Amino acid sequence: MNGANPENSNDKIYWLDVPTNVDRLVRGFYAVCALLLLIDLLVPKHGAFAIEHVFGFYAFFGFVACVTLVLVAKQLRRILMRPERYYDR
Amino acid sequence: MIAEANPALILILGAVLIPFLPYRWRGVYMLLLPPLACANLLMLPNGSFGHIQLFSLPLTTIRIDALSRFFASGFLIAAELGVIYAFHLKDRVQQVAGLVYAGSALGAIFAGDLLTLFLFWELISLASVVLIFASGNRRSYRAGMRYLVSQLGSGILLLFGTLLHYRATGSLEFAWIELGSAGAWLIFLAFGIKCAFPLLHAWLEDAYPEATVTGAVFLSVFTTKVAVYALARGFAGTEILVPIGAVMTIFPIFYAVIENDLRRVLAYSLNNQLGFMVVGIGLGTSLSLNGAVAHAFADIVFKSLLFMSMGAVLFRVGTVKATELGGLYKSMPWTTGFCLIGAASISAFPLFSGFVTKSMVIAAAMDGGHFWIWIALLFASAGVFHHAGIKIPYFAFFAHDSGKRCQEAPLNMLIAMAISAALCIGIGSFPGQFYALLPFKAEFQPYRIDHVTAQIQLLFWSALAFTLLIRSRIYPPELASTNLDFDWFYRRLGRAVAVSTGRCADRLWITVRRAAFEQTSRALQQLLARYGSKGIPAPHTSSMVFWATLMLAALLLLSYL
Repeated sequence: MNGANPENSNDKIYWLDVPTNVDRLVRGFYAVCALLLLIDLLVPKHGAFAIEHVFGFYAFFGFVACVTLVLVAKQLRRILMRPERYYDR
Repeated sequence: MIAEANPALILILGAVLIPFLPYRWRGVYMLLLPPLACANLLMLPNGSFGHIQLFSLPLTTIRIDALSRFFASGFLIAAELGVIYAFHLKDRVQQVAGLVYAGSALGAIFAGDLLTLFLFWELISLASVVLIFASGNRRSYRAGMRYLVSQLGSGILLLFGTLLHYRATGSLEFAWIELGSAGAWLIFLAFGIKCAFPLLHAWLEDAYPEATVTGAVFLSVFTTKVAVYALARGFAGTEILVPIGAVMTIFPIFYAVIENDLRRVLAYSLNNQLGFMVVGIGLGTSLSLNGAVAHAFADIVFKSLLFMSMGAVLFRVGTVKATELGGLYKSMPWTTGFCLIGAASISAFPLFSGFVTKSMVIAAAMDGGHFWIWIALLFASAGVFHHAGIKIPYFAFFAHDSGKRCQEAPLNMLIAMAISAALCIGIGSFPGQFYALLPFKAEFQPYRIDHVTAQIQLLFWSALAFTLLIRSRIYPPELASTNLDFDWFYRRLGRAVAVSTGRCADRLWITVRRAAFEQTSRALQQLLARYGSKGIPAPHTSSMVFWATLMLAALLLLSYL
């Protein structure tokens, strides 16, 4: 297998292979996220629960939920993770 | 009368002919079977048909109403897509098993009584396990056996439940069942196993990833959705389903984050999506039930699309381990695109199918004022986007370039994926027509400005979390590993207990045998010493001979054991 280095292979270089392009993409994505948070001020809300009316509730909930999910799952590995062929022995 | 033929039998009996057809005709023949069954379904009006007597028990083999028609349509579409996806296949065993499996799932949907349901329930298990065995390796053989035990076990519970229910109520009809009697609980448990309730779920994550490339696509559709249908029919509004479903949406996503086998990640996310349906069934309002069955339909399409895309990767690259993949978008751009559409659908992006179906369940939870259930579903929604929406396409097609180069997926696979993707977008973008097919009466408007922005905010900020965690390298790296799940209790603990019990019994037996052997020989020697040729004459020769013979026989027997 070739490594990740595109110069070593005969492949053409894709737009995503250039790190600066990825950075550009990520910066654009951050901007969209910020914009979505600001839009929250403009949207009239009809939610059933009071907490939905808190500024940026859904955005912050999604962020915190995912960070929690990943950090907890990472710790779960200490208890749950075994070698790949664990059951084959 | 042709109109009264069971669409399920068209698939099952039609499949029986497959082995006799030459390879060239088999593909086309199989493509024709689901549309034929579909035409037959369209000709049947709502009502009960196919009444037969079995040992004086009246059975209703076909019951058509809005609910069974809706599920059957989804199954027939999935069967056709599965046949297209497997068009290149030459293995007759899988071809027959796939269609018998689809047909028996259809038969279970149409079953008007519990005994017919049981018969198709078992046929589903037998046909589907073939698709796991067909991988032809030791792992798949063992996983298949475990799958078979759990599925047939579910069938046995269903049979006993049915018998108890029949004795209590005097009716075999498969209608709403009140969860109270022992029979009802057994039936509930049988459905729960097939629906992969928490702690009864491990067969799913264990077996599905071991199935063949095409087999996993079939498996992802039928077994669990039959269970969802059965719960919707038998236990709608049963409150205990709400917490069960909420737990189901949550715990699999933790596993999905750390799992390396991407088809196993999909199995965990299938488990998580089933949770949404179970919550909807448990809430029992017409909106939530519509949401549950609509989400089942959407899931049939987008989950098989995701299994198709990972199957295509497995087919071309030979692995779906995240550690060995990456950068495949260069080799498989079409598959990447279709996978992204499936990912957007399961993540419930606006304009994709999951958005218009899952929202109904969440809205129903809000309407009922179930705050914590709502929080759980919201957490699960963010989580499913995280592992199925981002992780699957990211680690397979993007991430760091693994350097692997392969061909694009075969044309038939691409066609199947394209149609599935079109359905995902069609349902999500034009929900009106889709909602009209739903079995219950409920008004729902998914495209409200506040709802759409809330969903986009939730998803984008979930993706933001992923991006920041990846770029800061906090995100746990993919590792070649096995993660312990509930199956550990029978694969390791249960086996260890069984093995050590066996050893103890063995040791005990050896001790007992040796003791008995020694006692008998000692008694015999004493006898010989006393009454033998050098001893005194025996008072009762005949009984002496009898006892000596008996002891010799015992000695002989013991030495054989």
